[in-house]
Amino acid sequence: LAPWVPVVGLEIHAQISSNSKLFSGSQVQFAAPPNSLVSFFDASLPGTLPVLNRRCVEAAVMTGLALNCSINKKSLFDRKHYFYADLPAGYQITQQRVPIAVNGSLSYSLYIDNKMSQMVTKTVRIKQIQLEQDSGKSLHDDTRSQTLVDLNRAGVGLMEVVMEPDMCCGEEAAAAVRELQLILQTLGSSQAVMAEGQLRVDANVSVHHPGEPYGVRTEVKNINSIRFLAKAIDYEIQRQIEELENGGTILNETRAFDSKLGCTVPMRDKEGKQDYRFMPEPNLPPLILYDAKSLPANMNHQQVINIDWIHERLPDLPSVKRKKLVEQYGILPEHSFTLLNEDGLAEFFESVVKQTQMKPKKVIGWILKDLLSYLKQHSLTVKESPVSSFLLADLLNLLEKKEISSTAAKQVLAELWKGEGKTPLEIVKEQKLELLQDQKELEQICEAVIDGHENEVILMVLG
Amino acid sequence: QKVSVEVLEHLEHLALVDFRDAEGVERLQKAIQFADQLHEVNTDGVEPMDSVLEDRWCLYLREDDVTEGNCTRELLENAREKVEEYFVAPPGNIPLPKLEERETFLQGS
Repeated sequence: LAPWVPVVGLEIHAQISSNSKLFSGSQVQFAAPPNSLVSFFDASLPGTLPVLNRRCVEAAVMTGLALNCSINKKSLFDRKHYFYADLPAGYQITQQRVPIAVNGSLSYSLYIDNKMSQMVTKTVRIKQIQLEQDSGKSLHDDTRSQTLVDLNRAGVGLMEVVMEPDMCCGEEAAAAVRELQLILQTLGSSQAVMAEGQLRVDANVSVHHPGEPYGVRTEVKNINSIRFLAKAIDYEIQRQIEELENGGTILNETRAFDSKLGCTVPMRDKEGKQDYRFMPEPNLPPLILYDAKSLPANMNHQQVINIDWIHERLPDLPSVKRKKLVEQYGILPEHSFTLLNEDGLAEFFESVVKQTQMKPKKVIGWILKDLLSYLKQHSLTVKESPVSSFLLADLLNLLEKKEISSTAAKQVLAELWKGEGKTPLEIVKEQKLELLQDQKELEQICEAVIDGHENEVILMVLG
Repeated sequence: QKVSVEVLEHLEHLALVDFRDAEGVERLQKAIQFADQLHEVNTDGVEPMDSVLEDRWCLYLREDDVTEGNCTRELLENAREKVEEYFVAPPGNIPLPKLEERETFLQGS
């Protein structure tokens, strides 16, 4: 049987982190009374016009720069038409002809095997990033055969990030999305929390034999977490392979991922190929961006966006932070990944290192093995840890000074975990865990043990 | 040049309009003919124009302040049906009935 090559591309919608919407002044907020965050423009009442939010443009430029894109100094807005109850205007304002950023790349890493021993770095090309409006929310009430519409989300700014089909499986896609999520959160351009709909991912999946043209692709939607993303893609790859090996064909359709059943199903309400009748948005002129060279002399500051100014102020991206951690503390690249993967863990680690004499290479073990496993077991975030960096550093100092053994230290940590407010030294004294340094005292204890176990000693001496 | 029934049906479906009778279709054909006059101009090497104001038409950038919203009652005044503070819509897109099932002039074509 000829091998199959799966091909995976992603379309990611990230909600821009801003106070107000892309083209109107209503507030952006998750979970508010229905239709309370809606302006006349969002409701598409006649006589209203879009007014572009500067912060949203800056967020898109930051993101484009972080993803190594070329920023288009002139980009355009278009209307994409389709009918749906949560799209009151009957069209979405997007950037179809010339988006704000193109031709970038994202590097991500993943473990080579299940043993989590070695990491490999891969790259996925970013086709483009475009600014567009989010739609409202539909709540389907099947019992009364109606849809309830809440327009609070209608008009919120989105960055659509299109990734080329350079990935081959669920694991790669999940790693790429996770890295994008970390980048967006570091930039602050999006909080990218998938559970709150701030990051939505659609996957395009196809399979083909090596050397042959790409197969028909399906689009998979309704994926609510990074874990489900990998599952959905892997299921769809398998489904397509089985279908083709059984002599069937793949339809160019949209499928939804059913997380309960762990499979993809065709989506109803998606009638064949859509014709969106794209047209230029007549109410918005081109978006012009400047750099240090092209900066206009006598324009109002507030009306000018300088790409170079934004570039200079970009924070350290996750990849740079990891490198710095490895260089500064001598930890492994794998360690730096785990540190950045948990919110606040890198800061916690650095805080402990500052407060202890123990070498960072030893501290990292305590952070990643002991502390992290406790947190995971109790489903706590680093911020919620009952053991502060101060307490842990205190404990590690006792260990470093050889006042307690490593085993004793683990016992103390277990006690600290209860969060009863005791210091490590107090616990050591309570449980008599001090390492005995006195030679004479040690000899007395050994002799007592030998005396108390005469039979065992005889057996041992006899061999 | 006549517009085919397939194209007319496609347009009706996309735009949810009803060309209704021969006069409606004729008006559409005249509109297309009128617009086709644009093809008489040679636009090779000419960038499309966004506005007669050209680059004097500057895109205004708004500060990211919350200045609107909180007018639920006013917005819902326009709604024929509402449930609590939600707008009410049919369960999904109601597809345009197929050509055969409609009483439309296009059937005869």
